[in-house]
Amino acid sequence: MLRGILIGILTLGVAGTAFWGYQEHREKNAVLLNAENSYQRAFHDLTYQVDLLNDKIGTTLAMNSRESLSPALAEVWKITSEAHSDVGQLPLTLLPFNKTEEFLAKIGDFSYRAAVRDLGDEPLSDKEYKTLKGLYKQSAEIQKELRTVQHMVLEKNLRWMDVELALASEKAPNDNTIIDGFQTVEKTVESYGETDFGPTSIGLQKQDDNYKYLKGKTISEREAIKIAKKYAGANGNVDVRVTENGKGSNYGFFSVSLLNKKTKNESNMDITKKGGYPIWFINDRDVKKQSISLNDATNQAIKFLRDNGFENLDLFESNQYDNIGVFTFVTNENDVRIYPDAINVKVALDNGKIIGLSAEEYLKSHHQREIPKAKMAKGEAKDKLNPNVKVMEDRVAVIVNDLNEEVLCYEFLGVLGDDTYRIFINAESGIEEKVEKLRNAEPLYEDVV
Amino acid sequence: MKRKILLMKVFILVTICVLLVPMSIPEHQVNAFSPQIIQHGAVGDDVIELQSRLQYLGFYNGKIDGVFGWGTYWALRNFQYEFGLPIDGLAGQETKNKLVKASKYNEQHVKNALNKGKKFTHYGGVDLNKQKGPATGGNQQARQQPTGQTTPQTQQPQAQGGAGQQAAQPQAQQKPSATNVPNGFSQNDIQLMANAVYGEARGEPYVGQVAVAAVILNRVRSATFPNTVSGVIFEPRAFTAVADGQIWLTPNEQAKKAVLDAMNGWDPTGHALYYFNPDTATSGWIWTRPQIKKIGKHIFCK
Repeated sequence: MLRGILIGILTLGVAGTAFWGYQEHREKNAVLLNAENSYQRAFHDLTYQVDLLNDKIGTTLAMNSRESLSPALAEVWKITSEAHSDVGQLPLTLLPFNKTEEFLAKIGDFSYRAAVRDLGDEPLSDKEYKTLKGLYKQSAEIQKELRTVQHMVLEKNLRWMDVELALASEKAPNDNTIIDGFQTVEKTVESYGETDFGPTSIGLQKQDDNYKYLKGKTISEREAIKIAKKYAGANGNVDVRVTENGKGSNYGFFSVSLLNKKTKNESNMDITKKGGYPIWFINDRDVKKQSISLNDATNQAIKFLRDNGFENLDLFESNQYDNIGVFTFVTNENDVRIYPDAINVKVALDNGKIIGLSAEEYLKSHHQREIPKAKMAKGEAKDKLNPNVKVMEDRVAVIVNDLNEEVLCYEFLGVLGDDTYRIFINAESGIEEKVEKLRNAEPLYEDVV
Repeated sequence: MKRKILLMKVFILVTICVLLVPMSIPEHQVNAFSPQIIQHGAVGDDVIELQSRLQYLGFYNGKIDGVFGWGTYWALRNFQYEFGLPIDGLAGQETKNKLVKASKYNEQHVKNALNKGKKFTHYGGVDLNKQKGPATGGNQQARQQPTGQTTPQTQQPQAQGGAGQQAAQPQAQQKPSATNVPNGFSQNDIQLMANAVYGEARGEPYVGQVAVAAVILNRVRSATFPNTVSGVIFEPRAFTAVADGQIWLTPNEQAKKAVLDAMNGWDPTGHALYYFNPDTATSGWIWTRPQIKKIGKHIFCK
């Protein structure tokens, strides 16, 4: 009797577990399939976009009139951006696929610049035409490679999930067809080397000047510690750790970390080897209350900067985040604001001490420059503005434009509706170099809902 | 002769004192504004009062949110222009005195409305009861906007009485209903990045967290990665915290602070695009990247 009941219960239990296990298994498969499908979509989308890209570049080659060329180039730009986003959805991060992505971005950049420019005034040059031809050939090769991979994927029912696993496990040799295919694509692109995109695409090449304007002698580790202590305002009771930059860095720097033994408060700082300039400085301290105003903090920041040899600075932006003031300063040379020379300072609003500094941009771009005379009068530049914008403030400024060149501009701060805009008009050519909508404070959503 | 000058001086001083005393009384009574100079970017009670007073006079038509943004800045400058003050966009003592004299500030009305998250306005010459919006901000609010605003000058006489008589018991610090965000980002971007940073680097020192946030931003700017914060974070296999769900842990304040620092321009990594933990890294490829430096447990590379 008892045995019968026991057997019954156990059977029920086993049956229940089996059913539950089967359910779980089905759910797991459904989820996996879902993920697999989204990978598949991104992949097939990518090959389609590359197909399209090749076609479109081909058609632009045959075009002549400005009316059809500009839209076609804009289309190329759009396709590259979609292909780029497809690549971003594939699990390729662990696979070196940078060159291909970079290549896509460069085509996009090139076509965008050509598309927005007035091709009636300035038609495609012979060189650009040649570049376009080169791109056509190269995109055809990429297209071919990708199509081969796609064919294999479809024929052998390959799954991206397996790619993920193969990439994630270190031991398994990378002999997956998809991985091989993408590696071939990458190699093909790499062999193009530096395709000459002409002067229009410098914007992409990130300016990495390696602090070429810095002056001074190479400092020693001990000097670096001294500098760091000065910035942190530390005396005596600190644990000091210094490390040098790794081999991959383009420039030499020391990283100094100072740990206050009593308060357990840590300050970190990177200092250039050449000349001992502060790249950045962060002191991680909780600032619990506000006892000085943002304005007082500004003055503290100015004083701090002056004490450390940063001179002729204008306050450009000030913002309060809880009990911390964050300020951006830019150089002011003879009443011309030099925007590339930006320096950020963070001030604690409880005691006015500096708890952060970021001088990277400043150090990279600050040097004695020849500021050209403006060829246009201010009034002329103002006429170039949208007449609906009510100008409130103006000044002369140097900014870095889309082509990564420093240009002299008239800067206008204007109001249109409820919004404030910062507009830069080139003081030589009168081109609208940059228009920025300045952000207003964002409402806190918890309070709105 | 000397004596005469001295006498004159004394006389002038006394006159000034006598003239100043009645002016300063209302301020002492209601203790409007703290003595700080209020500048662009500031947050807090003083800004709420500044915005309310500017709105009372019709200079400021934006939302009273306690953050000194561009709208407040231009309103203040216009006020300074109309009242013959030096136009610097800073609310210093002189400007504040003028403001207090020219406007009323009903602290209770403003703060009650702020606390309840209501839409409201604070215009002079309009019954306050009419300036409260519906409990949950709807679109009807536009109806409440005062019509036929009178110019500030004509309002002055009735406002002369001094500042907000109804200002009742001092309240605890009012939290502003808006916040500063770094240019080009939203609070939700900050939140999302804080989630990623917390999931990836919660055991790391503070600089290590700023560094992780900086890598995310470096990737957004790079041509070889997606161009949005979410695109970078959710790129498959990019971050382990995303893959194993740790990104959905609730981040602490420190992670948010680290993200803000990175957005405001701090990059402790020297433009790194990758980082890995040498103890747990699963890919051999990552070791081939040029290494820039090590922060905490992570090695940062290009």
